[in-house]
Amino acid sequence: MYLRKLALAGVFALMGTTAMAACAFENTTPLKSLTAGFEAWKSATGAMAECGNFTAELDQEFATKQAAAFGASPSLYHIGGVANETVVPLINGGLIRPLDDLVAKYGANLQPNQLIKVDGKIMAIAMMVNTQHLMYREDIFTELGLAVPTTYAEVLTAAEAIKASGKVEYPLGGTFKAGWNLGEEFVNMYMGLNPVMVNADGTPAINNEAGIQTLEMLKALTAYMHPEYLTSDSTFVQQQFQQGKIAMANLWASRGGAMDDPAESQVVGKINGAAAPAAVAGGAPATTLWWDGIVIAANITDAEAEAAFQVALEGIDTEMVTAHSDDAIWLIPGYTPGRLAGGAIATATATPSAPSYPSTTTQGLMHGALGNQLQAFFTGEKSAADTLAAVEADYTAAAKEAGVLK
Amino acid sequence: MKTRTFAAFVAPSLVMMLIFIAAPLLYVFGQSFYLTTPVTEQMTVETCTPGFLTQNCTQETKSLPKLDEAGRIVTQTQFVGFGSYRAIIEPAKAWAAISTFDYRALMAIDFWRALRFTLMFTFVTLPLVLLVGLGVALAVNNTARTLRGPVIFVSLLPFIITPVIGALAIRWLFVSDGLLNNGLEWMLGHPVSMFSQGWTIEILMMFYRVWHVAPFAFIILYAGLQTLNHDALEAAMIDGASRWQRLRYVIVPHLMPLIIFVTLIHLMDAYRVFDEVVGFRAEAHVISLQYLTYDFLIPDSTGNRSISRAAASSMLTMVGILILLIPLLRRTWAQHRGSR
Repeated sequence: MYLRKLALAGVFALMGTTAMAACAFENTTPLKSLTAGFEAWKSATGAMAECGNFTAELDQEFATKQAAAFGASPSLYHIGGVANETVVPLINGGLIRPLDDLVAKYGANLQPNQLIKVDGKIMAIAMMVNTQHLMYREDIFTELGLAVPTTYAEVLTAAEAIKASGKVEYPLGGTFKAGWNLGEEFVNMYMGLNPVMVNADGTPAINNEAGIQTLEMLKALTAYMHPEYLTSDSTFVQQQFQQGKIAMANLWASRGGAMDDPAESQVVGKINGAAAPAAVAGGAPATTLWWDGIVIAANITDAEAEAAFQVALEGIDTEMVTAHSDDAIWLIPGYTPGRLAGGAIATATATPSAPSYPSTTTQGLMHGALGNQLQAFFTGEKSAADTLAAVEADYTAAAKEAGVLK
Repeated sequence: MKTRTFAAFVAPSLVMMLIFIAAPLLYVFGQSFYLTTPVTEQMTVETCTPGFLTQNCTQETKSLPKLDEAGRIVTQTQFVGFGSYRAIIEPAKAWAAISTFDYRALMAIDFWRALRFTLMFTFVTLPLVLLVGLGVALAVNNTARTLRGPVIFVSLLPFIITPVIGALAIRWLFVSDGLLNNGLEWMLGHPVSMFSQGWTIEILMMFYRVWHVAPFAFIILYAGLQTLNHDALEAAMIDGASRWQRLRYVIVPHLMPLIIFVTLIHLMDAYRVFDEVVGFRAEAHVISLQYLTYDFLIPDSTGNRSISRAAASSMLTMVGILILLIPLLRRTWAQHRGSR
């Protein structure tokens, strides 16, 4: 499930520079951060480095080591980059500190919706939202006179029309790579039908009519995808778009900027974004809202935490956002959305709105079980019902080991 | 060599092996019988996360681990016997499938699916590696002396490449818009997708492994050919033995100990097949036993992992290798005693 983790993990460090050009204060405490490695984090940690004495570690596989590193005494990193699910082990283990005091002291410029609150306490500062939404080839849609789909039934109709026109061989792209990606596709579609994946008592809740419908819709979509869809991750779909091989995909907002990058893309200006399609007409967009943000380690001195918080805020200030506005859907004041951010913003502000991806251990376990078991349905080894039963069994075994199910 | 001198030479490596191999192995063996879980309690927590303009606050009932005074997660460890092994092998389900000859039901269990592929991979690649290795060794042995150096160097290249890199290279050549895949499509005149079904991926994996490991067999067997007794070969020729008969009755028996050595090493390596699954992104269609262990061990994004099942799975892999090696080890042992 986690092979995006091994083979292609890129680890590289931006060494702290002594130039303090754009930083409001001079940092004298040596600080380290551990975050994911995508564009938005490169921009944010780059801006943090301007304060001096700062070393950033950007690693797409940061989640496998973050809890252990923050659990050390003292913590190996001062600043962490997290998202909905990766913050869970840090909060559960008591490894990050509440930020209420620091926000009161230094956070005057933060927007209220940037504050991630758990049980009333501010535990993280969000810098951006991310979501999967519909990207499509506007030129093909205009030429064929197609309306932009708002439900998945319409996606299938549009795909059929595009296939018949012969504009592209495979109208749809999808992040269906076995493992985490395929699990995420299921979560998106399922939550569009039924928001409950795990019951309050920790038992699985996906083996039902909504589960079957989800699998059947996903299978129907794959008929319009490249046959190697079970190896297709976000980068593959992005490249399919850039090379003009697909006409539609439900893809991460953070991939939008690459579509208009003339160095990589052959379809500059031809791709547009819309809200993620709903699973049923009138329903919420069948996708989940994610946030990425910063946390401060618990196992460091208060002085270090104070310096770390100030440096972190310098990394996610208005100055950084205006310089890198196309890297993400920023939550930071001063952000002006670019052309390709429209679809993601439409998804995030839709009524009814798409749910936030649940930050719970059980959801992580469920996502893992889905990632392990779903491919058997797509390769034809198991029926939809058998697949969901296998997911249930996989989840139950893992949940018992994790102590969340008796 | 005197016993004392022998012991002095061997001791450092023995100590290293005890510390770095035997001790972890015993530890993992012990671990596979225990299950450590955090103590959790149900709590309802309000969580606020950002939408784009507003904040979404939800009440969620979560299972949260208890923390002790020092802020560490409280865990409890219990003896579960063969529980983790049962969770992997699923004996009841497997037996039901076997007794009703339901192949699909058996393959629906990850362990058996992985075992099926691992065994097939091992036993298909073994003879191919030996044949290709022996063929190249004989060919090099018969080329002109001046050419041998460069030929040996070129033949060894696949073995030098890092396995994951080699697997990735093969994947990129055969993926949908890869170079060789486009060539195949041009030749056959219809679209080819090597990575959209299990059997083509398996063929590519075996092809890759043979390409990668055959040089090892080659260099060992080539070294063996240098010690061949030329009197025996000439005697065979005078007796009128054909090329094939000389190979069958003189060369192969001479190389037999080396062939067994290569077989031994290859069985151990092939049974632990892993790089190919990762490099080819094959986990949707094909998994191996070693991949299964890895999958249990790697934490998911919320930090959960199955240490006990990973330990049990790696023990099962080791047992499998031992079973495969027993006939060969017995044979080597018998020869060793015979030669004393």
